[in-house]
Amino acid sequence: MEYFVQQLINGLTLGSIYGLIAIGYTMVYGIIGMINFAHGDIFMLGAFAALIVFLILTSFFAGIPVALALLVMLIIAMLMTSLWNWTIERVAYRPLRGSFRLAPLITAIGMSIVLSNFIQVTQGPRNKPIPSLVTDVYHFGNITISLKQIIIIAVTAVLLTIFWYVVNKTPLGRAQRATEQDRKMAALLGVDVDRTISITFIMGAALAAVAGTMYLMYYGVATFNDGFIPGVKAFTAAVLGGIGSLPGAVLGGLLIGLIESLWSAYFTIAYKDVATFALLAFVLIFKPTGILGRPEVEKV
Amino acid sequence: MSGEPLLKVEGVQTFYGNIRALDGVDVHVNRGEIVSLIGANGAGKSTLMMTICGSPQARHGSIIFDGEDITQQPTHLIARRRIAQSPEGRRIFPRMTVYENLQMGAGLDNLKYFDEDVEKIFTLFPRLKERQSQRGGTLSGGEQQMLSIGRALMSRPKLLLLDEPSLGLAPLIVKGIFEAIKKLNEEEGLTVFLVEQNAFAALRLSHRAYVMVNGKVTMAGTGRELLTNPEVRAAYLEGGRH
Ligand SMILES: Nc1ncnc2c1ncn2[C@@H]1O[C@H](COP(=O)(O)OP(=O)(O)OP(=O)(O)O)[C@@H](O)[C@H]1O
Ligand SMILES: [Mg+2]
Repeated sequence: MEYFVQQLINGLTLGSIYGLIAIGYTMVYGIIGMINFAHGDIFMLGAFAALIVFLILTSFFAGIPVALALLVMLIIAMLMTSLWNWTIERVAYRPLRGSFRLAPLITAIGMSIVLSNFIQVTQGPRNKPIPSLVTDVYHFGNITISLKQIIIIAVTAVLLTIFWYVVNKTPLGRAQRATEQDRKMAALLGVDVDRTISITFIMGAALAAVAGTMYLMYYGVATFNDGFIPGVKAFTAAVLGGIGSLPGAVLGGLLIGLIESLWSAYFTIAYKDVATFALLAFVLIFKPTGILGRPEVEKV
Repeated sequence: MSGEPLLKVEGVQTFYGNIRALDGVDVHVNRGEIVSLIGANGAGKSTLMMTICGSPQARHGSIIFDGEDITQQPTHLIARRRIAQSPEGRRIFPRMTVYENLQMGAGLDNLKYFDEDVEKIFTLFPRLKERQSQRGGTLSGGEQQMLSIGRALMSRPKLLLLDEPSLGLAPLIVKGIFEAIKKLNEEEGLTVFLVEQNAFAALRLSHRAYVMVNGKVTMAGTGRELLTNPEVRAAYLEGGRH
């Protein structure tokens, strides 16, 4: 039982990271119907931005408190990824809007390669480690919870609350949902559709940066191809939860995190990805729109 | 200023790809007028309404609104000049509630007059009040029509464009809507440009009207003139139940 709870906590931690990335996939898909293949690399960029900020901070301000360092890493990582995602949307995706569906997808794959190669060339191909930032652990009987895990779960919960509020209760969120549901009508009501789409890319990127920073803090390393596997997992999470659905993305992320850690704990770790993708296939067979996805038929 | 029409469309041509849907349209709407546009299916009425809003944009000709050339402006900036449209097909946001759809209408002023205006809409369409937390996509056709008109009114428009406001509504509701339009026009000076299949009711309501055939305006006159015009009668009013 304790072992199970332990794995549950590990799974939630991992799932939080997937969930944060998955939101970016699902929002962009919702608003422009495009799979932003470069989104996993945005996450990786976030991790690297945090890493570089960390190195700068520790070499110039040696005694900086960890909490402050993390905050600065987080903010700068968010700014960097936002700027990058905003830029690629402007220069690479927007001109293709209205062309055939595959065009932006292919471009996104290109953008993904550009970014990961850029990081590979500038930062080197090997794992870049950082010293452990947060080392506290708490014991409850045989269950161990690290402060890192608490931070990750708490930051995710707080961000998701803010995010939920923005999307559901603010004029910006309404404009985003309106653009998603009927772009032409949104424009007829004065919504600047291009700007709304840009903001959506920025929001997705910022959440991915948070995920990247948390990932770096949790594992203590980053490499140029870190965008790939977590990116695919987060994308799977978005599809599993129902692409286009925000609660679905979070749910999908948590589920995948849980399956991975429970599978690794009780079966063989080598097959954990097989288990994840088998679940995806299973869900899609019985519910092609994902767990919380809406059926496409809509009375209008 | 007041001598100039509020909306002046001159020589407008609109294309869908290579297909010309509007072929040199000239119409104008004066401040405080109700003007209607009638014509057969596929004549280009909805295209004109959407071209005024810049979606699609006119390829030739000019559209002047309130003294400014809006021909090449993007749709959202045209909307911000207070042209509101209840478009063909109603285009209710299906996964937003009735209330949120109305909020979308009031987005230009950041909901500044929302509370005041939404009460007016609810008085006009009590049905919407009952349904305010229902999702737009699950409303009946008539309810969606009311919502679409209500949403357009929420922006406090200078010019209201209505594309077939009576479509799919019960006669009693249609009567209510036309009375409401008339009242808004008389009491608040709202300028209205509407497309109608229900030509009889539209012509009776309007100060002036245009007839469109194959992307061209072929006739213009006061509502009364067109009502008694034999050609119009034969083409658009025969079999009318009034
Ligand atoms: N998106 C489009 N792409 C291509 N052709 C279009 C498009 N929209 C309209 N058309 C064509 O343009 C012409 C005018 O259409 P429009 O919708 O303006 O007619 P309408 O007068 O509003 O007709 P109705 O009374 O049936 O609503 C029609 O021949 C129509 O087929
Ligand atoms: Mg039409």
